[in-house]
Amino acid sequence: MPNLNRIKAISEKEVFHILRDSRTLAIIFILPLLQLIIFGYAMNMEIRQVPLVVDDHALNSSSRALVDAFIQTDYFRLVPKGPGVLDPGELFKQRVAQATLSIPKGFNQDDFTAQLKIDASDPNSAQMIQSYATGIVNTWSAKAGVGIALSPLILYNPDMKSSFFFVPGLIALILVMICALLTSISISREKEMGTMEQILVSPVTATEILLGKVLPYIFLGLMDALLILAVGMLLFQVPFRGEFAVFLGFTFLYVLTSLCLGLLVSTMAKTQQGAMMTALGMTLLPTLLLSGYMFPIPSMPPILRRITYIIPARYYLQIIRGIMLKGNSVQHLYQAGLSLVTMSVVMLVIAARRFKLRLS
Amino acid sequence: MIHTKNLVKKFGAFTAVDDINLDIAKGEIFGFLGANGAGKTTAIRMIIGLVLPTSGQIIVDNLDISKGSEKVKHKIGYMSQKFSLYPDLKAIENLEFYSGIYQIPFRQAMKNIQPIIEQFGLQDILKNRTEDLPMGYKQRLSLVAALVHDPPLVFLDEPTSGVDPQARREFWQVINDLAYAGKSVIVSTHFMDEAEYCHRVIIMQDGREVALGNPAELKATHDSANMQELFLKVLGEDHAKSE
Repeated sequence: MPNLNRIKAISEKEVFHILRDSRTLAIIFILPLLQLIIFGYAMNMEIRQVPLVVDDHALNSSSRALVDAFIQTDYFRLVPKGPGVLDPGELFKQRVAQATLSIPKGFNQDDFTAQLKIDASDPNSAQMIQSYATGIVNTWSAKAGVGIALSPLILYNPDMKSSFFFVPGLIALILVMICALLTSISISREKEMGTMEQILVSPVTATEILLGKVLPYIFLGLMDALLILAVGMLLFQVPFRGEFAVFLGFTFLYVLTSLCLGLLVSTMAKTQQGAMMTALGMTLLPTLLLSGYMFPIPSMPPILRRITYIIPARYYLQIIRGIMLKGNSVQHLYQAGLSLVTMSVVMLVIAARRFKLRLS
Repeated sequence: MIHTKNLVKKFGAFTAVDDINLDIAKGEIFGFLGANGAGKTTAIRMIIGLVLPTSGQIIVDNLDISKGSEKVKHKIGYMSQKFSLYPDLKAIENLEFYSGIYQIPFRQAMKNIQPIIEQFGLQDILKNRTEDLPMGYKQRLSLVAALVHDPPLVFLDEPTSGVDPQARREFWQVINDLAYAGKSVIVSTHFMDEAEYCHRVIIMQDGREVALGNPAELKATHDSANMQELFLKVLGEDHAKSE
């Protein structure tokens, strides 16, 4: 049985290390904020105010209504067409416009045909522009009483704001990175400094060392989660529809999983630097690419899809998006929570086994 | 208190400790002598359970160390060759930490080490950060930290390396007091004059025992005026034998 007094002694000492080391404190509180702001503003996937040149040959009420429909949204802004024939290619080359709309003379009740040309040198933006345009045309044609009246109802994020999508994702990414980093350093530092030798001579067991080191960081991890959540909500106006207690409970599980991952890393690494690199390597890219943060898991090839099952952020993303955007409660999330618990236990057991109570 | 039988440690093809047999009594000051790499540190690390022997047996206070039992660990105080207290903690916080992991109430621990703290003149630096202390004080503090749980066995791996002569004398005064109080003190050193303070010494070379016994008796048998001469003589004889 792990001895509580010894765990307490190790935790207390760890708190002293954290409080006295400005570098660690910076990692804990400044790095997440920087990441949130940089990622938050850089990874904005929406496009607004697309420069649009309109070449209206019809000049009737229908054509004017269509053009109005475009520029009344925030998505497009009208760029005046120069003299002469419209040359979309040239406009795109000069980056004057990203899209052009040509309305032919016969644009009326009998034939509502118009042509939209889009600069697809950036395919992602082109796709967004296309879908904005389709939406606008659908609404317009429904009003005009032509075509099929398709009125999609978009739930949870009606404005399709990408901040709704990435702020929860960033909480997942930043937490796993910071937590894994912190614990991975804390053990390798003791190995490097030689202080581990002195602990190993004492009656302390591997489990006690690991638990003692994890406890203070659980608290710090939760503080970090709250910090990112608060700043994310302030800066990016992300809603929080679920219950705070549910958020706290599941975030605790995720922090625990991330810390255990760091512990596992630190039992393998010999130096602090090695531990840091491994911890970053095991969290940053896998979380970005394989958690469903950037790319939807269902569209991945089967092998990658299987790998996503061992990425903790995969489960937490489900949880945090569910809580923040959908107001999910425990009954919707317990499966993802159980997966996190399982991962923590497995990693902690492996770490405790790998952790040698003797020097090599 | 300590009994080793045919103790061997190999690192790959290299034999660090080769067939060492020891019996160390209660209250004895036992010295490990030898050049760097002679196997002193490895032998000590095996006895305290930090390194697993390749073969052989170690019994500490009637307990087999290979069982790795907690009981044995409570009996051992260890000061490693490399300074290994936490530099960012205050001196007193280091002591508090060690009393914590040995489950000794801090008040009790301070009571255990109070005489030594006073003897070393450490009272006034307890609130200082460990990294700010001069080398000599760090070494003294390391020894004190190894004694918070009042262990019957004290292992000091080169405790006086890098310490000025005045501090060395203080160290040996404390070691003597510890032995007088009934503790077994196992010291490794490469200062030959210090060997004179030991009740018994083992002189090691290439992991093997080349001499074992009371310093005065060893000097007499090998017809040496001092430990330095004895040391060179036995190592020379050993070389001649092995060639």
